[in-house]
Amino acid sequence: MNIFVCVKQVPDTESKVVPNSDGTYIETKSIKWIMNPYDEYAVEQALLIKAKESDTTVTLVRVGSIQGTTEALRTGMAMGADESVLVESSDNLDSYAVSKAIKGAIEKSGKTPDIILCGKQAVDDDCCQVPQLLAQMMNMPSVTEVNNYEFSGNDLTVKREIEGGSIEVYGVSTPAVISVTKGLNQPRYASLPGIMKAKRKPLLKLSLDDVSVSDADRRIKYSNVSLPAEKPEGKKFDATDEGNIESVVSEVAGLLRNEAKVI
Amino acid sequence: MAKILVFTEHAGDGVKNVTLEILGKLEGHSVDVAAIGDIGSDGLTNLAKYGAENIHVLKGGDLDQYSPEGYANSLKDFIGNGGYDYVFAGSTSLVKDVMPRIAGMFDAGMASEVVNFVMDGDTFSGTRPMFAGKCLAKVEIEGPKPHFITVRPNALGMSDSPKAGAGNKNDVSAVAGEIKAKIKEMVKSDSDRADLTEANVIVSGGRGIKNRENFKILNELADLLGATVGASRALVDADEADHSMQVGQTGKTVSPSLYIACGISGAIQHLAGMRTSKIIVAINTDPDAPIFTKADYGIVGDLFKVVPALTEELKKIL
Repeated sequence: MNIFVCVKQVPDTESKVVPNSDGTYIETKSIKWIMNPYDEYAVEQALLIKAKESDTTVTLVRVGSIQGTTEALRTGMAMGADESVLVESSDNLDSYAVSKAIKGAIEKSGKTPDIILCGKQAVDDDCCQVPQLLAQMMNMPSVTEVNNYEFSGNDLTVKREIEGGSIEVYGVSTPAVISVTKGLNQPRYASLPGIMKAKRKPLLKLSLDDVSVSDADRRIKYSNVSLPAEKPEGKKFDATDEGNIESVVSEVAGLLRNEAKVI
Repeated sequence: MAKILVFTEHAGDGVKNVTLEILGKLEGHSVDVAAIGDIGSDGLTNLAKYGAENIHVLKGGDLDQYSPEGYANSLKDFIGNGGYDYVFAGSTSLVKDVMPRIAGMFDAGMASEVVNFVMDGDTFSGTRPMFAGKCLAKVEIEGPKPHFITVRPNALGMSDSPKAGAGNKNDVSAVAGEIKAKIKEMVKSDSDRADLTEANVIVSGGRGIKNRENFKILNELADLLGATVGASRALVDADEADHSMQVGQTGKTVSPSLYIACGISGAIQHLAGMRTSKIIVAINTDPDAPIFTKADYGIVGDLFKVVPALTEELKKIL
């Protein structure tokens, strides 16, 4: 079985981001890069499948820049993925170009995918488009935001939670694209031997040219990347003394009703 | 003039509010609405009130139940036949799932989850958060039409004085085509609370709440306010709250009118997910907690004492 896992490298969620000087993206020099958190669940799921299905190869695919680091691929291979394909590009390609590049990379790998796993969205541009777009481009079914995954041979039963907490239970056969979210599994940490082994695992490097992606594939243009306006300082009340609590909550309740008009 | 379509979802007898927000924002343009399956009378009335010219109801076999492929196939046909230049929809679970697929069928671009937009003549440009709201960017769409745009619920707000449209209802027969991923079973939630992403009021608990048990004091306040209860990543990671409750960069991004943060210190990834709330109340024992920098009303104190007192006080005035 061939499992492909799409991974993206994103700024650490605890990091501050600042727009770059021309406002087309962010300043990337001092960023700490990590694997997109949702992609960790996808890698883990691939490894859980591999543990049950003999003759399974887990291939990571990443589209992005290698300026500084290839952290996401190294992490994934150290967790246990077998090999990687990297399409070198800038870090702010749009969803359409990325999906097309991933499709091209999978084709170039020479393997026919049975399952393509992705994180539900990347926490940098938050577009939440690539898994669905990729499925469309590859003429495969997709189920997104999956938090429960069971399989028997080629038949999958996957669950996704929709707004309000209801759960949709899907039946789907491979090949399929599945995007996953938190709650699916507990991603393993890379072990030290895993990290050592990862250095010797195959990494195929491709250019955008190799996967037939060009400037003409850009669909989304960003500009004026800026920090949101800071709110003016609010009002602060001290209720550390128990005697004050009643008067403080009474004042705040009044403000919510009469000043903010939200209740 | 650009031909504009707004895709809507049902909400009981009505339609989702975000549809009406979008219609209000598109005032001055001739706008059609499409839905899959019959819309209730409330929905039809509101769509017309907020400016829908034609309301197209797509019906066909295999469309009674949602499926990404069935919805994508039938909407693709309808959008193509109608020659629409722009397709808008609220950024809901269903739309997030299906809209990129439809855009892909046209090799067209899609701007996800904008929080504001303008139509300059016939050209769209929008504003969307990136990095969960740590940055904002202007977004434009290039390449083949139609262009697709999804809009975050609660971000645009409802028009105060909507301009009505004709609201002509039109049934369209649609073909779902081949469906490979099918819903076998639907497990309905027993909660009648709005989803966090659509909630008007959110009461949220952080590390200060300590455990699941203690959510009951937040639930009491939430019941009173008709609010949805959220949680910070710290509690979710400690398995003291469900992931569906998580607000922040690896959870849900929310923009309610009122966000009450109880025992939440305000990690950068949490602030990113809730900073667009209209009014923020923070209750925390630590006067230096970063959450206070975003709060309109900050209360320094023990949430176990302050929250019940606030609930009692609000009972008096509501």
